[in-house]
Amino acid sequence: MESDEGDEQQQEAERLPLSQRPEWSDVTPIPQDDGPNPVVPIAYKPEFSETMSYFRAVYYSNERSSRSFQLTKEAICLNPGNYTVWHFRRQIIETLHADLQDELAFVGRIAKSNSKNYQLWHHRRWVAEKLGTGAVNKELQFTKKMLSLDAKNYHAWSHRQWVLQALGGWEDELDYCQMLLGEDIFNNSAWNQRYFVVTRSPLLGGLIAMRDSEVNFTIEAILGNPENESPWRYLRGLYKDDTESWINDPRMSSVCLKVLSTKSNYVFALSTLLDLICHGFWPSEEFREAINALNTPDSGPLDSDLGRAICRVLECVDPLRCNYWLWRKSKLPLTVSSQ
Amino acid sequence: MGELAADKHVKYIISVEKKKDSFESVVMEHLRLNGAYWGLTTLDILGKLDAVDEEDVISWILKCQDESGGFAGNIGHDPHVLYTLSAVQVLALFDKVDILDADKVSNYIVGLQNEDGSFSGDIWGEVDTRFSYIAICCLSILQRLDKINVDKAVEYIVSCKNLDGGFGCTPGGESHSGQIFCCVGALAIAGALHHVDKDLLGWWLCERQVKSGGLNGRPEKLPDVVM
Repeated sequence: MESDEGDEQQQEAERLPLSQRPEWSDVTPIPQDDGPNPVVPIAYKPEFSETMSYFRAVYYSNERSSRSFQLTKEAICLNPGNYTVWHFRRQIIETLHADLQDELAFVGRIAKSNSKNYQLWHHRRWVAEKLGTGAVNKELQFTKKMLSLDAKNYHAWSHRQWVLQALGGWEDELDYCQMLLGEDIFNNSAWNQRYFVVTRSPLLGGLIAMRDSEVNFTIEAILGNPENESPWRYLRGLYKDDTESWINDPRMSSVCLKVLSTKSNYVFALSTLLDLICHGFWPSEEFREAINALNTPDSGPLDSDLGRAICRVLECVDPLRCNYWLWRKSKLPLTVSSQ
Repeated sequence: MGELAADKHVKYIISVEKKKDSFESVVMEHLRLNGAYWGLTTLDILGKLDAVDEEDVISWILKCQDESGGFAGNIGHDPHVLYTLSAVQVLALFDKVDILDADKVSNYIVGLQNEDGSFSGDIWGEVDTRFSYIAICCLSILQRLDKINVDKAVEYIVSCKNLDGGFGCTPGGESHSGQIFCCVGALAIAGALHHVDKDLLGWWLCERQVKSGGLNGRPEKLPDVVM
């Protein structure tokens, strides 16, 4: 079987051309045939061409041997996006009953420099699936390591979600989200994962059971950084399919009011208040006062209709989305106003 | 506002082979068919599609077709929906879709639909809403959309809808502009846009524009031309 001690980079530096390796002397490499007038032709390095020519030879003859296995590793290191090579490697793994833990280790070694490669992650999943529940801890560790390098790596999150649902390991997931949010409260991926855990973990009580504590956590996050988009959306998501409870929870409007009173970073507070009003929330006079107190420059006198007034303020303070706020204003029901 | 340097773009596309030792040229090998689609579509938009030989392109594309009916990224590679769509799109660009055996290509795609309505990219089973869009788009061009279970396909896409109105790659996956493009596009083709919470998603998309004027793919990420 292939060397499992090999450092892939070292192997690359010491590379002997395949034509000079005795174990390959019986193989006739197959050059790439692009036809007489190639379309969008690629200028390959000789090392690449040679490796792929030998790969074609074993691939077309379906040689699932130890040397083929080693060759797929070399081809992958030259071009980790070549899905045909990964596919053949999987076929060889099955035929030779190759060690799957070694395979995880191989993927782990090349993952750092290929962290967003679809083929790599798919291959990892294939191996993990074969290993089954025994792979849980390793996969959670692996994704945790990848996320420590890039806490928003979509592939890593996707793999982690798959692991949890297919193999389990939910126990520490909420704590993990908590930790990531502690490091970066703006990490939308971590907020997304938090929602994933709260709604899908078989160990927690489900969304409604978790709602109260989650609302409190989220409000704290909002007050810490009101300009943070994620917790505002998360807050709304906690009341998914239950608008009635959403507008009747006094904490919803009070967080908006608190942020408005600070007179800074209040764009999301305003838009949330606008949404509440549009869904039937009746704002008391203190909301009107808070908005007047913003003293929005260039807005002119504000409309008596609170919804329209909010839109006007947003047009001024969120000018990038001015057209959006104008549109929202045009969609407001005419009867909405403050008490 | 500046003007688009159209001639320079055309020159760049046609002279791609000049980059002898670049890493980029090497890693493009397996997705040459995608590269052809992007390059040729650009030439078409710039009104210079005649800069390439149509016959050469078409004969090369047909060489990328596998006996399963699907297309690979290059000759000798394995088929995948990604390249199948590019192949069909490039043929459509030349108004030559009819040279294909539409049933053969569509059978390949139909075979990749799973029980839950999702689509795998190839026989190895990777599932992603990108593939739902690709399947639906491709079958639509081939006028064979009725061959798949459209309702189930829609159901799967809808299961990927998130609390913010956006869509991820799989159920529970974070909303991402690219995935949203695919899901909304697929729903549009399938006549199922009513499943989209227009207002909620519309606002989420508006929030993708950052101060520089560019658009990001997710909250608190950097703007990117791709988005």
